[in-house]
Amino acid sequence: MDFDFYLSTIWSVLKALPLTLEIWFFGIAFGLIIATGLTWLRASGYKSGEYFTRVYVFVFRGSPLLVQLYLVYFGLSQFDFVRHSPILWPILRDPMYCTIVAMALNTAAYESEIFRGALRAVPVGQIEAAKAFGMSAFTRFRLVTLPIALRLALPAYSTEIILMTKATALASVVTIMEMMGTAQKIQHDTFRPIEVLTCAGVIYLLLNLSIARLFAWVEYRLSPHLRPPPEQSQQVKPVPEVL
Amino acid sequence: MEFLNDLKDQVSTAYELLAAGWGVQLLWGIGWTLAVTVVSMLIGAVLGSLVAAAKLSHRSGLRFIGESYTTVFRGEPELLIIYLFYYGGTQVLTGVARSTGSIGSADILNMPSFLGGVLAVGIISGAYQAEVFRGSFLAIHRGELEAARAYGMSAWLRFRLVIMPQVLRLAVPGLGNVWQLTIKDSALISVTGVAELMLTANKAARSTHHSLLFYTLAGILYLVMTSISTPIFDKAERYTSRSFTRPK
Repeated sequence: MDFDFYLSTIWSVLKALPLTLEIWFFGIAFGLIIATGLTWLRASGYKSGEYFTRVYVFVFRGSPLLVQLYLVYFGLSQFDFVRHSPILWPILRDPMYCTIVAMALNTAAYESEIFRGALRAVPVGQIEAAKAFGMSAFTRFRLVTLPIALRLALPAYSTEIILMTKATALASVVTIMEMMGTAQKIQHDTFRPIEVLTCAGVIYLLLNLSIARLFAWVEYRLSPHLRPPPEQSQQVKPVPEVL
Repeated sequence: MEFLNDLKDQVSTAYELLAAGWGVQLLWGIGWTLAVTVVSMLIGAVLGSLVAAAKLSHRSGLRFIGESYTTVFRGEPELLIIYLFYYGGTQVLTGVARSTGSIGSADILNMPSFLGGVLAVGIISGAYQAEVFRGSFLAIHRGELEAARAYGMSAWLRFRLVIMPQVLRLAVPGLGNVWQLTIKDSALISVTGVAELMLTANKAARSTHHSLLFYTLAGILYLVMTSISTPIFDKAERYTSRSFTRPK
């Protein structure tokens, strides 16, 4: 066992962790914005909006992320208007931004379906009760529909976030030196792929396990009403009748 | 207008390029993608059922192995697993071949890229299939297993006559999802040099400088593959559950 080699590999790969997290964070953040828009379009009741989201989801869920990434990175620059645009070209010539764009577009398709399911799963009785209280549509959404839907969407959303962590590795194929790219470089330099990839794998696994743990904690905090009641011994003692 | 002119150029060159031989290449690419997906699904089915059995086992050691398998192979980036099998396989093969003296000490014995690719994708697919099989097993009525035991059926007989037919029936929808995942994962093994659809599109894009055209085509072909499989799996689901639907 060559401990120095393992340690130095882990250290080099860890130094690329901030870049991986950057791609991950911005991919998720922009994805969330697009997904919110898509969900709103789908729920708006306009036929054209519904068709658009259906096609969007079909396209982005039905093809591999790698194809989408290549399309964004290599494909879009074929258009002259993209190359001459002062806004689009600085974004689309940078592999880092391209990865973020491709990831955001891809995850938005999955997330909009998650949110749609969550909105539909909000019990009708709750909404009816809110209506009976005379709440306006916005208040109803803010106080009743949204909190319940977010709670319901959380488990599926956490799975999607973990898929995104795995997807950041694809950035390495468009020359980004994030964790996977760094591991690839070390592997090519040293010809010891098993050791290097195992080191990188351990880091990815720990990252995903901590994300899963974090979401499990949030889920636990947000669902006190679903937990079993505390044990008898922990229950508050009845107030003694002093009066 | 510039946009429209661009698009018109693309369409007119598309036909020429496809007729010049890239069309046939792309069809071969589809063939390889389907071959990779089918072989990976089969490897995954074998591994998945073993891992599902391990996860359902009474022995804590086996359960631990099963849990670790599904956690690791669902938690790692697919690309990493593929590199591990392809480059790692090369490392192992070279090491073995050098020590037995069948190649020189400076030579390298490469992992066959198809084998490395399907092993990696198959193992990932197996992790997802294990969860599908486990879920299906848990959905079998406990009473049926108890009844089979009460009849004195051996473990093998119980598996063959009670467990397997029902697990297969209940697993069809879940397997449909894994199939879709596996088609999409198969695109990643283009990095090892298997001439499947993604790599073919890549080659075409690089050598003709029409990346938009070929990546769009690849995207459409993947969409065709994934959307054709949906009705097929729906049909399989109806077929396997035909004795459970209410007569009309």
